[in-house]
Amino acid sequence: MSAQKPGRFGPYGGMYVPELLVPALEQLEEVFKTALADPSFMSEFNDLLKNYAGRPTPLTRVRNLIDNPRVRLYLKREDLLHGGAHKTNQVLGQALLTRRMGKKQVIAETGAGQHGVATAIACALMGLRARIYMGARDMERQQPNVFRMRLMGAEVIPVNSGSGTLKDAVNEALRDWSASYKESHYLLGTAAGPHPYPEMVREFQRMIGREARAQILEREGRLPDMAIACVGGGSNAIGLFADFIDERQVQLVGVEPAGKGLSSGQHGAAIAKGDKGILHGAYSYVMQNAQGQIQESYSISAGLDYPAVGPEHAWLNDSGRARYVAVTDQQALEAFQRLSRAEGIIPALESSHALAYALEYAEQCREETLLLVNLSGRGDKDLAHVNKILGKPNNE
Amino acid sequence: MSDRYLNMFTKLKEQNEGAFIPFVTLGDPDIPTSLEIIRVLIRSGADALELGFPFSDPIADGPVIQRASLRALDSGVTPDDCFEMIRHIRDENEELPIGLLLYANLIVARGVERFYADAAAAGVDSILAADVPIRESALILEAARKHHISPVFIAAPGARDSVLKKIAAKGRGYTYLLSRAGVTGTESRAHTPASGMIRKLEALKAPPPVLGFGVSEKSHVRAALASGARGVFVGSAVVKIIEKNLENHKHMLKELEKYARGMKAATRGTTAS
Repeated sequence: MSAQKPGRFGPYGGMYVPELLVPALEQLEEVFKTALADPSFMSEFNDLLKNYAGRPTPLTRVRNLIDNPRVRLYLKREDLLHGGAHKTNQVLGQALLTRRMGKKQVIAETGAGQHGVATAIACALMGLRARIYMGARDMERQQPNVFRMRLMGAEVIPVNSGSGTLKDAVNEALRDWSASYKESHYLLGTAAGPHPYPEMVREFQRMIGREARAQILEREGRLPDMAIACVGGGSNAIGLFADFIDERQVQLVGVEPAGKGLSSGQHGAAIAKGDKGILHGAYSYVMQNAQGQIQESYSISAGLDYPAVGPEHAWLNDSGRARYVAVTDQQALEAFQRLSRAEGIIPALESSHALAYALEYAEQCREETLLLVNLSGRGDKDLAHVNKILGKPNNE
Repeated sequence: MSDRYLNMFTKLKEQNEGAFIPFVTLGDPDIPTSLEIIRVLIRSGADALELGFPFSDPIADGPVIQRASLRALDSGVTPDDCFEMIRHIRDENEELPIGLLLYANLIVARGVERFYADAAAAGVDSILAADVPIRESALILEAARKHHISPVFIAAPGARDSVLKKIAAKGRGYTYLLSRAGVTGTESRAHTPASGMIRKLEALKAPPPVLGFGVSEKSHVRAALASGARGVFVGSAVVKIIEKNLENHKHMLKELEKYARGMKAATRGTTAS
């Protein structure tokens, strides 16, 4: 389902930003459109993806994880991408666009630090200056990623306003961009925000589903019955879904973070529990109170900890093309451990949400079923956090 | 559409004055104090008011107005409270133009139609949604027209002629002329606007341009009016006085009065002919 008019997905999306930023977004839209149609741009992008980032990523069929003999589960291994998560894909695309616009510096926001690290990687590679906003609270929680970003030459700026997390980092990045748009590109990290980001990030993540589609056709001779991905802002999910949207027989399932439970108030499930509203430039589902004040989201996985969702997901939900479910911290933690134990793969806590739903679904399958899960990132970044939660002594 | 802005600009022009329009966030730091602040500003020469609704994520605002929003939210101020406050101010001031400057989600959450109906009932003349640029104006135009609320748009530095044309066609009341890029605040001072932009707006018969962002000193006011702006918005500088005197309301009100009188004085006898 492509945008019906520029920047819209059904009623969702749009460019709800201060007038000041509209010319910068329109310039970006224009440069993005011409770049997509420019073979030399695409060939440089594809070259970076292949020879720098390590694409295509493998498609792994799990050997031991699934007990139900009727179910075959495949993992799209974005965890093996350089940088450790799918984030690297689209960051390389936007870094190339930055250079194409003649801009020399990049602004970005980061929550857990994965998008910040990916941005630092691309900026080091392309010789761009990176200024990365990160909530002060997140900086404490994610020290190793702060070090990684700085090691690669990025400036990391703590954000103390608001709750000191991802939403506030986005606010601060937008404020910076309002003053610096002439020299800076805002390298937004997910398929949310104002037009053209949702569409652009989808196009720069589309290879996830495109590769997976070809790989599973080669291995199984048919398309999967279900494609499953976790959804925070929604970039890995839209990347997985994009090439399956027109294949109606493939069920698409997005998994939101239910945190401590959907009724606990501590979650990040914008589609399940949010209302329609405008945050960070887009009309979509937003977690907010009755007066329209944005609420803080919560998830064990910082990468899913965002109080809104990309507008295309809002539309895929309303139109019925995709289904959105929610998985708790506890379920994600169990999936995290089960995959580690059964297959020797430590998934990111984000991806563990998608996996948890797949495991639950697999148990109920009565017919031959082919499941595809986007393993969007690896779990190294989560080890200290999970270790602490599981209450096991650190053996070092 | 109410004629209050038109009447104000006409009267001020006759007197060879520009408009001094202070901005405060409604309910900062609490409802009773906020009402007192607004009354003092009116007594001290405010020609109109620009009032903010507190919002959790004010992306167009610098630290001073962000903190004002937080103070109001911390004291539990809701949009209902804001409309109630405006009703009081309107009852006391029949002719004073009252504008709202707020964020789109507050409008959407209440329902666009209901928000504009409530604003009209409270006595609001104009609404500027900071994150509704002219290309997204369809969101609010119908409700604004129906309830006789002037939709206000921003003429930003470097705006293309096609955008200015739309602002002229769709805007009512006044045109918010942005003095510079960035967010609200006095850290980065106002730049005298390109008088070219003002001439273009005039040629397009856009609503009168009023300059905002970074206006904090009398010299900024004189420069703005000399370049053809019809008035100035003074926000962060006012809110700073509130913030500095949270422990001493009496002193706060005295300081506000002194400051407002000075800024209003700077609008006299300095307009471009």
